[in-house]
Amino acid sequence: MAQHKINYTQNGGLPVALTSMDKVVNWGRSNSLWAMTYGLACCGIEMMAAGASRYDFDRFGTIFRASPRQSDVMIVAGTLTKKHSEFIKRLYDQMTEPRWVISMGSCANTGGMFNTYATVQGVDRIIPVDLYLPGCAPRPETLQYGVMLLQKKIRANKASRAQKPKRLM
Amino acid sequence: MRAYKAKGDVQAKPYYTDRYWVAPQVAKFDVESDEVFAKDLEVIKSKFDVLEAFIQVEQMTVFIKPEDNYRVLELLKNELEYTQLSEMSAIDFLETRDGFEVFYQMLSMNKRKRVRIKMFIKNGVAVNSVEKLFRSADWSEREMFDMFGIEANDHPFMKRILMPYDWQGYPLLKSYPLQGDEFASWYEVDKIFGKEAREEIGPEIRDTATIDRYDSERFARLGHEVPKGTKITGNEPKVTQSYQEDGGVFLIKKLDRDNSKVIDDPQR
Repeated sequence: MAQHKINYTQNGGLPVALTSMDKVVNWGRSNSLWAMTYGLACCGIEMMAAGASRYDFDRFGTIFRASPRQSDVMIVAGTLTKKHSEFIKRLYDQMTEPRWVISMGSCANTGGMFNTYATVQGVDRIIPVDLYLPGCAPRPETLQYGVMLLQKKIRANKASRAQKPKRLM
Repeated sequence: MRAYKAKGDVQAKPYYTDRYWVAPQVAKFDVESDEVFAKDLEVIKSKFDVLEAFIQVEQMTVFIKPEDNYRVLELLKNELEYTQLSEMSAIDFLETRDGFEVFYQMLSMNKRKRVRIKMFIKNGVAVNSVEKLFRSADWSEREMFDMFGIEANDHPFMKRILMPYDWQGYPLLKSYPLQGDEFASWYEVDKIFGKEAREEIGPEIRDTATIDRYDSERFARLGHEVPKGTKITGNEPKVTQSYQEDGGVFLIKKLDRDNSKVIDDPQR
């Protein structure tokens, strides 16, 4: 016995919404963007703040995962050193398709102020990047906006198109 | 006739250089001026050769022979109560003297004094490890090897500590360029994609002042972004980015500012 009686006479008679398959799939994908915890430096603090209660990523369906195999978007938050570069490539390869990458902050975008021998001058030398967030460090609002732009980008694509594996080369 | 001098870079040169300017040095004092240090130095001198000793900024610096380093530190630790090795590393003097100065910074908690043991080694010479005396020397000696290429004999794990194991070059040498040599600039490309990928990925952009106004990927011109790979003509219309499509999104409610409650008081 249902506790709440469903009024089938509302909304044109049935609890049904008609739409296209693309939109449903894209709705699912864009609203459950599980992000990989990838805090490398101080941008990671802002990323954590964006995930915590004040900015609350959970309401976008963005939940941080500690495993690349469970995540859809990699938020590279911080300075990528040359020693670590092979691991970011390995973790990216372990993520399942479809996958996206947000490069957060100056260091991840271009190497930032670390114009030195030990820093990778932009993560796009290692993995393909979908979205670059400027700032040092970007505020949590910027990251939220970035995730919303990424959702828009996902919605703009046809879900049924062949998923070409993303490779830098 | 006066000898010709090129005047093209006259403005770039410093306008005025003091011929009598001497680089300031920290004042050195005689070890006798501090009785604790004087006693310590007596003990060291009775057993080992001391090349030079003085007090600088209330700390005694003692120059010893490189082959004595383990036994001098043993003496300092066991008899003179300098129980901590707070820091050790090397200084590059390759240019002027073809060698390194290795220093050991010692601390005595009982005496509340610090002593710096220094020794000069020629380029390519290994030092004796003091890891058996001080556990802190374990990583310090690895760092010294990593940054200067000075090996420590009898070290249990003489490998690089900060840079990758397959790194070439010693970054803290004065001859090492800050932005890296050929090997460093291609390290990640060579390792991940192989040398043949160099051409496709391209060299690093090291000039921080580089702004290409048509480089839409690096957000140089906000509002004129284009998708990757698009041919850029320079006449792209301005696009205002919004996080939602105009027609709304399936199953997602758009924020209506008029219906939402704005909290003015941040303390609430």
